[in-house]
Amino acid sequence: MIYLDNAACTRLDERVFEAMKPYFFDTYAVATSEFGYSMGIDAKEGLENSREGIASGLGAAPEEIVFTSGDTESSNMALKGVAWALREKKGKHIIISKIEDFPVLNTAKTLQKQGFDVTFLDVDAEGFADLEELKKAITKETILVSIQHSNQEIGTAQDLKAISEICEEKDVLLHTDATHSFTRLPLNVKDLPVDLVTMSAHTIHGPRGIGALCIRKDTPIVKFMDGGFQEFNLRAGVENIPGAVGFATAVKLVTEEENRQLAAMRDRVIERALSEIPEVTLNGSREKRLPQNANLTFHYVEGESVTLHMDMRGFAVSTGSACFSRSLEASHVIRGIGGDHERAHGSVRFTFGRYNRMEDADAAIDAMSEIVARLREISPLAKK
Amino acid sequence: MKIEKKSEGIKFPYSEKVLEHFRNPHNVGKIENADGKGLEGSPACGDMVAVYIKVEPETKVIEDVKFESYGCASNIATGSVITDLAKGKTLDEAKKITWKQASEELGGLPPIKAHCSVLAVEGLRAAIRDYEEKHGLVTEKEPTTEDVVRRRLKHVMNPLTGLDIIRTNLILKISVEAGVVRVVVDLPEDHQFAPAIKEDIIEKLGALWDVEKVDVVFTA
Repeated sequence: MIYLDNAACTRLDERVFEAMKPYFFDTYAVATSEFGYSMGIDAKEGLENSREGIASGLGAAPEEIVFTSGDTESSNMALKGVAWALREKKGKHIIISKIEDFPVLNTAKTLQKQGFDVTFLDVDAEGFADLEELKKAITKETILVSIQHSNQEIGTAQDLKAISEICEEKDVLLHTDATHSFTRLPLNVKDLPVDLVTMSAHTIHGPRGIGALCIRKDTPIVKFMDGGFQEFNLRAGVENIPGAVGFATAVKLVTEEENRQLAAMRDRVIERALSEIPEVTLNGSREKRLPQNANLTFHYVEGESVTLHMDMRGFAVSTGSACFSRSLEASHVIRGIGGDHERAHGSVRFTFGRYNRMEDADAAIDAMSEIVARLREISPLAKK
Repeated sequence: MKIEKKSEGIKFPYSEKVLEHFRNPHNVGKIENADGKGLEGSPACGDMVAVYIKVEPETKVIEDVKFESYGCASNIATGSVITDLAKGKTLDEAKKITWKQASEELGGLPPIKAHCSVLAVEGLRAAIRDYEEKHGLVTEKEPTTEDVVRRRLKHVMNPLTGLDIIRTNLILKISVEAGVVRVVVDLPEDHQFAPAIKEDIIEKLGALWDVEKVDVVFTA
């Protein structure tokens, strides 16, 4: 199987697994036992070193990193935590972009049901948030803006600098979902006034079930999950120390060279698809996009049929087609950038990872070319 | 060490038979000068099926049937099996083919995919209805009025939205006079979808028993 769905999940790097192993078999105590016995101290050391590792990858201080179970929990914590902390003190207005991933989108919808006002900000045809609209949307009641660093489907990377400057000027907190961009695109909270950053290990060859939320110092936030006093009393629950160690190791293993290789595969897929297959549209920005993401619409064919044919030929790819999702709804991202249903249904996402090679990109386009031609032969929409 | 399997395992949502029909669908394509044609679905729901039939005029047996699909595996497989079932049957027999029958023939379809696959059955029925109308086999002859036209046009899709052209207010005016139906569409004539919409409107209205001419007029 040639796996080209690395945005969904990546294969664990064996070096990450090796780093985690001692924390399953030798140093398996919980970190809160530090005053009781030495294994607890060793466990805590593993946890804190990992925290430092994640923090340094982001230019944050270690005490600004809270480990979570992944990006879904991080974004829930950011939005609910800030909303609940500020609803009595400042206001009940939140702004998110229309094309956020479900952890932000659905958390915002839940908050809406709880009485918060939510503005779903428009994006342009490439997926960039409308900054003029953002400026206009911020009011005295606004407590939080949440705009992703990069998009999960179409790969567009936002101008976070401009967004953060607007939020700073208007004195509004900014959360960004960096699940797909962390370590893949530059992001340093020393340079950018971003208050909360969502991250996850599963997208960078780390383990599943571990992520982090960077919460800049003095950010008003309350815990949304009750239990013990772990993670600065912000995230209750036994610490996932092997996970944290794995996450920090995964961060260390990403190199600029690797990102360049991913970008080369991405470019190959985009260029070959656009030049060799008729009636193909690139989704997202050509220039400002994740190095690992290529998303294209192959018109007149339906995405689930494409992915199934690709699977039969040994490729794993993803689509924004309604038939692919259990909700039977076409991609809100493609619809959000102004694409019609047909464009959403025919969209195919190729996302590359450490274990892909250029041959994979070529083989995928060769297969796509045949599959698309075959499906267009039987499509009533295709011009023949 | 592998985790011991207690159940029969998680199954792929599609049966082997669905996959086989998906891989190698039968009766695919278009019949030029078909005796009956049906088009159901829209890109909005993700699936669209066109069914074409050739009918032996004396016996009313479906001699040939083909389909085109813009759809998922479930949709393609149902189109394939429905056309297999219809071939060689009389129109009356073919009308009775149900989605349940198609689903059984395919070894079951995922319930969530019912709407994707039911279109093939509707497509076949629409093709039969089209034949019957064109050949004066519809016994009750309802005069064509503005309402009848409106009802018919609910089956013409607006590719811009994936919903029908009535619901999406694409039709500005309808008039019926002395066998001539005039439909004004709120699109420029050179719009990319204008020819497809025009063809579909003529297809849906031209077969009505008392309609002699269909004029499709674009706004610019």
